[in-house]
Amino acid sequence: MLNFLLSRLLTFIPTFIGVTLISFSFIRVLPGDPIIVMAGERGMSEERYAALREQFGFDRPLISQYWDYMTGVLQGDLGNSFVTKKPVFDEFFTLFPATLELSICAMLFALLLGLPAGVIAAIHRGKFFDRTLMSTALIGYSMPIFWWALMLIIVFSGMLGWTPVSGRMSLMFYFDDVTGFMLIDSLLSGQKGAFASAVQHLILPTIVLGTIPLAVIARQTRSAMLEVLSEDYIRTAKAKGLPPSRVTYIHALRNALIPVVTVIGLLVGTLLAGAILTESIFSWPGIGKWMVDSIFRRDYPVVQGGLLLIAVMVMIVNLTVDVLYGFINPKIRKS
Amino acid sequence: MADISVSGERPGRLKEFWYYFRENRGAVFGFWIFLAFFFVAVFAPLLAPYDPTEQYREHLLQPPFWQEGGSWEFILGTDALGRDMLTRLLHGARYSFFVGIVVVVVAASGGITVGLLAGFAPKWLDTIIMRIMDVILAFPSLLLALVLVAILGPSLLNAMIAIAIVLQPHYVRLTRASVLSERHKDYVTSARVAGAGMWRLMFITVLPNCLAPIIVQAALSFSTAILDAAALGFLGMGAQPPTPEWGTMLADAREFILRAWWVVTFPGIAILVTVLAINLMGDGLRDALDPKLKRS
Repeated sequence: MLNFLLSRLLTFIPTFIGVTLISFSFIRVLPGDPIIVMAGERGMSEERYAALREQFGFDRPLISQYWDYMTGVLQGDLGNSFVTKKPVFDEFFTLFPATLELSICAMLFALLLGLPAGVIAAIHRGKFFDRTLMSTALIGYSMPIFWWALMLIIVFSGMLGWTPVSGRMSLMFYFDDVTGFMLIDSLLSGQKGAFASAVQHLILPTIVLGTIPLAVIARQTRSAMLEVLSEDYIRTAKAKGLPPSRVTYIHALRNALIPVVTVIGLLVGTLLAGAILTESIFSWPGIGKWMVDSIFRRDYPVVQGGLLLIAVMVMIVNLTVDVLYGFINPKIRKS
Repeated sequence: MADISVSGERPGRLKEFWYYFRENRGAVFGFWIFLAFFFVAVFAPLLAPYDPTEQYREHLLQPPFWQEGGSWEFILGTDALGRDMLTRLLHGARYSFFVGIVVVVVAASGGITVGLLAGFAPKWLDTIIMRIMDVILAFPSLLLALVLVAILGPSLLNAMIAIAIVLQPHYVRLTRASVLSERHKDYVTSARVAGAGMWRLMFITVLPNCLAPIIVQAALSFSTAILDAAALGFLGMGAQPPTPEWGTMLADAREFILRAWWVVTFPGIAILVTVLAINLMGDGLRDALDPKLKRS
């Protein structure tokens, strides 16, 4: 087990270096001068240009720039935002809870609907329910979620007036950040209606962000269940005279969940990519919207730092899933 | 002795494929929609009633014909600048199809070549290549594409380049995995003994036997490319207005979301139907090409 853990950790290091190289080189190696771009159409004087180049160290050799960058990264220093002048690292972790809250809700939504749907579809394979469910799942999987968000807004905010269009909380309420999670903070504040407002703001973004994971989980659960249900030990369990529900939910589902766990890990990247679109549409103040806004403002330190932090997070999640998978499945660990 | 002609091909390979593909009704349905999409993409200028950028100033935000205020003149209504929706949607098919084809060709040819190299290369080169792919895969694809486009400059061409780069590692991994399982089979060894060079081994001996999963991946990345290009267009980083690209049209329509449902609804339906059709086809391809499922 220790060897397995170590070998996984060892592959983490080169990938991490690669990720820093990519986020480092985006500004410096690709065509286009970031300082000229920053100046925009107004242009700038020669002296100002030279001063800025020196300030960002663009006049020094790439190797020494990278060295400085890496020493900064390892100390948690990702530079300051051009716009707010605040450290990128702090900004990221101030906004991150909003994205985390939304992602957790979306994942729960996907799991709570997707797992049972997949199991039931597998049990009723080929029947009407299975076919309807799988067609729906394929539609969900093919969904342009930015359009899906607009449709939900038209129906639920525009026509029915049930949900707000943007933000995390009604302006009527104000309370301090304790955990950064609106659902918890609103409860802690004790203000009447604050929690309901948080839930209302959360519903549509959750559905939008959860749609593709829901479809993926339903499809994956179904195929994993089908595979397991045809195994010999299931036949044995049935032959022993165990009640069918016990066979399905205890014997089969437990083993079918293993590939589903991997898929959940893989979906973290999908969630973060989806968060970019979802947060932009619902003006959700998380890292997805922050990244898009920074890209448009040409706030390069933020783009660079955010890119690195997001990639590192995806890597940590993948590593965790890998290790967990090794725990559950000894075959993986030994190979 | 009578002449016996021997053909190298197995009889009716395509027929066999079609036989299995036909089993999946959804896939056949998807295939017909895809054909229609292709037809529209090719003949859009002939099918469309107007010019996609022509503005009819007396007909701003006119609803579709079945709604009050609509007319048969503009069947699906007009947008905020008085441009015919139907025309723009038909032309949009061209861009989406173009994006899909270019991205798949670039990503697949690059990915297959690198994957073959990784599969045949010595261990150290293989490790380096795969680590580079891991690095690309560590970034959420849309984010990486977004940042690439932001730096290259927003345009449809740059969006296609970015999406191709982001999708390419999947081909590398798939190809390498198939190569590793094929490499030590007897037919490869015999080809090597017969004196086949490395390039011949890679592209002529091994590659054709690795194609099945790659074809399925090509179908899936075709739809991903369309979705991602539309998403980039929607965020203002893809095709630029007044290009009638579906995602860009949606971005333009956002502010009219509560006033004119048709400008928001139709481009999205076009994206959804196209992507759905391709995914249906992809499912069918997988069933038809997967030898394990066939034999059972």
